[in-house]
Amino acid sequence: MNENGTNIVVGGAAGQGLATIGRLMSRAAVRAGYHLLVDQRYMSRVRGGHNTFGMRVGTEPLYGPAEGIDILVALNEETLELHRGELAEGAIVLAGEEIDTGGLNALRIPFKKLAPKPLFHNTVALGVLGATLCNDVAILEALLAETFAKKGEEVVRANVDVVRAAFEWVSEQAFDFSCIMPPEPDAPTRMMVNGNEAIALGALAAGCNFVSFYPMTPSTSVAQALIDKGAPLGLVHEQAEDEIAAANMAVGASYAGARALVTTSGGGFALMGEGVSLAGVSETPMVFVVAQRPGPATGMATRTEQGDLDLVVHAGHGEFPRAVLAPADPEQCFHLAHRAFDLAESFQTPVFLLTDQYLADSYRDVEPFDIDGLPPVARPMTEAEEGYKRYVLTEDGVSPRLVPGPSTPLVRADSHEHDEAGRITEDGMNRVVQNSKRLDKGFGLEDEVVDPDYYGEDAPDVLLLCWGSSLGACLDAMDRAETDKTMAVLHFSQVYPLCESLFLDDLEKAGTVVSVEGNATGQFAKLVARETGFQVDEYVLRFDGRPLTAEYVLAGLNGII
Amino acid sequence: MVSIEDYGEFQTTWCPGCGNFPILASVKTALAEMGVAPSEVMIASGIGQAAKLPHYMNCHMFNGLHGRVLPLAQGMKLANPDMRVLCVSGDGCSYGEGGNHFLAAIRRNLDITLLVHDNQIYGLTKGQASPTSALGHVTKTQPTGVRSAPFNPIATAVAMKANFVARAFSGEPEHLVSVIKEAMDHPGFALVDILQPCVSFNKVNTFGWYKERTYLLKDHDASDWGAAMAVADEFGDRIPLGVIYRNDREAFPLGKRLACSEYDRNDLKAVMQSYT
Repeated sequence: MNENGTNIVVGGAAGQGLATIGRLMSRAAVRAGYHLLVDQRYMSRVRGGHNTFGMRVGTEPLYGPAEGIDILVALNEETLELHRGELAEGAIVLAGEEIDTGGLNALRIPFKKLAPKPLFHNTVALGVLGATLCNDVAILEALLAETFAKKGEEVVRANVDVVRAAFEWVSEQAFDFSCIMPPEPDAPTRMMVNGNEAIALGALAAGCNFVSFYPMTPSTSVAQALIDKGAPLGLVHEQAEDEIAAANMAVGASYAGARALVTTSGGGFALMGEGVSLAGVSETPMVFVVAQRPGPATGMATRTEQGDLDLVVHAGHGEFPRAVLAPADPEQCFHLAHRAFDLAESFQTPVFLLTDQYLADSYRDVEPFDIDGLPPVARPMTEAEEGYKRYVLTEDGVSPRLVPGPSTPLVRADSHEHDEAGRITEDGMNRVVQNSKRLDKGFGLEDEVVDPDYYGEDAPDVLLLCWGSSLGACLDAMDRAETDKTMAVLHFSQVYPLCESLFLDDLEKAGTVVSVEGNATGQFAKLVARETGFQVDEYVLRFDGRPLTAEYVLAGLNGII
Repeated sequence: MVSIEDYGEFQTTWCPGCGNFPILASVKTALAEMGVAPSEVMIASGIGQAAKLPHYMNCHMFNGLHGRVLPLAQGMKLANPDMRVLCVSGDGCSYGEGGNHFLAAIRRNLDITLLVHDNQIYGLTKGQASPTSALGHVTKTQPTGVRSAPFNPIATAVAMKANFVARAFSGEPEHLVSVIKEAMDHPGFALVDILQPCVSFNKVNTFGWYKERTYLLKDHDASDWGAAMAVADEFGDRIPLGVIYRNDREAFPLGKRLACSEYDRNDLKAVMQSYT
């Protein structure tokens, strides 16, 4: 039994419905008042392959995924073979009675008896899992009723009967598993969202009304959530013929007044490079979501990595300002997505949200997002005086942006170097002036940089330096480290630009600074060195396509703490 | 009342005698005759000599990237559906670098008009073969002659049943004006491939070469797809000009002007609620 909550893994082949079981169980756990953290691992296949849906549920807040399984739901033989070595002390296996569980502590489920039709076997598994977790059957019943409402009352009733039968069957079994006490029944309502959904929700809250994309794992669900939830409200969406088109379409839409978002992953983003540069020179607000997966090239399509920081910080030829945000969890995904739109409009330049497969697919319980508490988002003008010039020189480099309209002054945007009116020119002095004007916006962006978060003791013996989704694993590792040394974690949710006044002192005061990153070369540590001259002492790097965990970080800190 | 003067006169970087001049004049004339004011049209362009056109007239404009005029323009139209959207670029930009976008734009059928200045050569980069250069055409970078068969944009667009497909010639400006007007008034995606000489870099397909071969289509039923395919295949000793194919496939549905749309706060709250 893990100290921090119960770790559940549902494993099986793609197409067996394990994600459905996982999502329903997760939602039930959140409704019951548990904290939740989901770690989905899947293979790039539609059918077959070995996939897992990992859930950690607990009564205390959870930060990162954990190794060590407390409940293993094995939908096939292979799951048991692959994961039996990961079973924690006191663990239980839930598997069909035809699967040989050997001497393991197991509940062998008579699927055929509990539900004659194979269609309902997932509901059986859900019921057995729910009962093993001491979940309230009423929560699952309500959830099944909502899930199958569209399919009619009969389907709902059949599923509810099956889940009840599963609960009853479990209550008749003698088995050894101590579930954590359910939280207070009057726990406040919480949302269950993954990183990509939270980005979509933050974007909608900021007024995002346009998305163009080309499907690419693990970014597609951002567009999917925008379409599901935004299209009924008027959001315009288009699946483009390729990523080049997706980027250029969004730039065109933004010029014409849309709040535009593009979502992709590394390979697709590589194709968008010229479009990024176009947004830079034409001073068109753009929000790019880049959900990282391991490269180079196709790499491992459904796995995770933090390997594209260098790419995103440098994408696009020429020199222009940008901001790169790297949320740690769904809450930050929501707030930083919202912020990205304000930054993009305020500084008329591309802004990036850099996530990864682990965070994209990781469901968490969060306090309901507070729409009313959000700051306002900058907006362009829809009217201007005659004589308006799109790229007029101003003190901070930001020229008022006018949306073209049938009765407005003319709005001229250009990918060439251009004069204040947006007309093509190769005049050397004008080039210097316009290029400098664009770069001046970078000073304003620096004033808006999100402060890095510092956790733990001041002037620690060991400081873990991390960014993006690695925060949870670092906090967990600090929490669980058995050491006399003092520790702290410094996390960046904005990785570019870097303002050394916000963090250099923390780095210099620490004894040993360890860069913890999901890549092979310590890209963020190198960026910090380039921008500040500060060199980290040690690295804990993971690049096997799996997310950083506390266990992995602690193993890497062996000899340091 | 809109006059051609409203569109202004600007100094250009085009060579004297370039086919771009009559095309620019025809665009301005067509818009003025249609009563479209400069602020009622957004012109998107790619990169190439032709793509500089919107710099030389008064209009809302976005001079984008080489090959990417169509995605840019479609984004503009989707965000601001009340405005007319015209795309201007050359054969290299539209059919080479932007080939995939050309196919997708025909399929998508958004209500935009693409004017392709087709001079069968790359002018801006000084005389390399373009996707429409003839087999055997010798250039400095194709010293033994072009080996790839030329792209036939008209046949491709007709084969894909584009909503409006026409060919014009910069040497027939009156006809060009009428075709542009018709293209802009036709719902859905419209292609006008405009033959034009490049006086500096194409010594084969000259003004005289086009003048000799082009003829105005008569008694052609543009709604007859089979007849249109036959006409589309004709490019050689005789080159037909006019509306070659007209289709009435429903144009891509458009919504509201996005710059003026805001979500209702209660709708957003309901969205958040759906995740509990």
